Amino acid sequence: MVETGFRSIITDGLWNNNQALVALLGLCPLLAVTNTAINGLGLGLATTAVLVSSNATVSLIRNFVRPEVRLPVFVMVIASFVTAIELGMNAYFHELHKILGIFIPLIVTNCAIIGRAEAFASKNNLQRSLVDGISIGIGFTLVLVTLGGMRELIGQGTLFDQAHLMFGEVARGMTLKIEDFPGMLIAILPPGAFIGLGLLIMVKNLIDKRVVTKATTQTETSEGAAGVTT
Amino acid sequence: MEFQTHSSPHTSRPNRVDKVMLQVVMALIPGTIALVFYFGWGVLLNVILAVASAAAFEALVMKLRKRPVLPPLFDLSAVVTALLFAVAIPPLLPWWLVVLGMAFAIIMVKQMYGGLGYNPFNPAMAAYVLLLISYPVEMTSWLPPQLLVEQSLSLGEILSFKFVGTLPVDLTLDAITMATPLDEMRTKLDLNQMISEIRTSPLWGDFGGQGWEWVGNWFLMGGIWMVYKRTITWQIPLAFLTGLVGMATLFWLFDPESFPFPLFHVFSGGAILGAFFIATDPVTASTTRAGQLIYGAAIGVLVYIIRTWGGYPDAVAFAVLLMNMAAPTIDYYTRPRVYGHGGAKNG
Repeated sequence: MVETGFRSIITDGLWNNNQALVALLGLCPLLAVTNTAINGLGLGLATTAVLVSSNATVSLIRNFVRPEVRLPVFVMVIASFVTAIELGMNAYFHELHKILGIFIPLIVTNCAIIGRAEAFASKNNLQRSLVDGISIGIGFTLVLVTLGGMRELIGQGTLFDQAHLMFGEVARGMTLKIEDFPGMLIAILPPGAFIGLGLLIMVKNLIDKRVVTKATTQTETSEGAAGVTT
Repeated sequence: MEFQTHSSPHTSRPNRVDKVMLQVVMALIPGTIALVFYFGWGVLLNVILAVASAAAFEALVMKLRKRPVLPPLFDLSAVVTALLFAVAIPPLLPWWLVVLGMAFAIIMVKQMYGGLGYNPFNPAMAAYVLLLISYPVEMTSWLPPQLLVEQSLSLGEILSFKFVGTLPVDLTLDAITMATPLDEMRTKLDLNQMISEIRTSPLWGDFGGQGWEWVGNWFLMGGIWMVYKRTITWQIPLAFLTGLVGMATLFWLFDPESFPFPLFHVFSGGAILGAFFIATDPVTASTTRAGQLIYGAAIGVLVYIIRTWGGYPDAVAFAVLLMNMAAPTIDYYTRPRVYGHGGAKNG
């Protein structure tokens, strides 16, 4: 395996190999809970926590686990972290836990997590696996929050509604509301999740394409300039 | 005078897109006029607004895609989409909802999939469903037919309501709007009333609602003319209506007091419009002959199922979108035998 720098691990996790927008993994929680930005943030942070801890553990035990039994072992590692985090959320963010409901225990089935354990952590050392877990987790969380915010804004005309569930009573003032906007219900409903995710992927591809064309035109012009000088 | 004889093949000129679309527009005119007659100027305003915004969005997208702007405007496909949408929505729908619907239909449903010929879903129906799900109150506030009201809104009053949202001082929205016959039948049936009892209201005509059934008749005539002109094939409308009538007859015979008689279903809501104009959309429908029979019949059956047990009073849009999804599979399993070859091997 080619040793790549931390920089490329981070850009892969956040952008080039974003688990939600490129790999399209973990769509079940992604589509189901992103009806508000805060729900998305809650689930995203929980997923990130599981991802970082499971990546670290899998990386530490990678030399002791025989390849034949690696998948059951990974699943058990992930499941124990999910259980711990679920109990923790139930204790400290009880209201949010009630809203996210089944999707917290379902983090265990999020393909992105076992995907990273299998594809990255089981082949890399602790530091690299930690960085990978953090950047993949943040990339996933950013998509969840963006999609949640988009759907919330279009669907009910608010942003960061119920922020107090996460940040305590101080955050009640965080909620932004567009006055006199009835909201477009479909954005909150399941079709809105699919359409919203499609639009996000479109925007990402558009940006990537822009970057590529910009890079090629730049190299062309610099080559042209070089041709003139020689 | 000399009659020139051309050599074979003696084929006629193939239909062009704009010609077919023009025929659809012409076939829609009688029903649209009937709608204006029974439901007032609001319908005509919807038509104008929808056609104008559809053309504008089409031009905008073509500009963004760096394609020639004029051809897609003159092939009239956007006009047909706009017309089908305009005759399906309530006459008093606020203007921005009409524009929003057309933006969704043209930009998201049609052009994002690649434009005319590539869209898997019927744009007009997708827009209708979007609005129905998002704004159920506005989308189900129909006007009663003008035969039943003593004084109807003037053009100016309709304009002010559609664009500014204000009504004449002595009127409220609840006083002038009314549920559609399908909605009425459904609500009353939910209250355990019997159909003979429900139908004593002056709202009802011979088959469907007063006025509504005549609109259906005029659309039917346009549709039959299209079949005669071979603009559409007979398979889809026939199978659609057979599926609907078949299901309705079955349940009506079982219990005529809680399931409306078959012709009620045919002449209510969007059944006729759906059978001849919406389900037959050449882009999104099944293309093989056998496939069209299956496709049409399935839409008819679905319309009955969703109308009777579903959450919304009318079902044509939902049924058409569901079967749009199934059309490629139906086509795959009904490929006709190629002359000189054995049957197609599927699967």
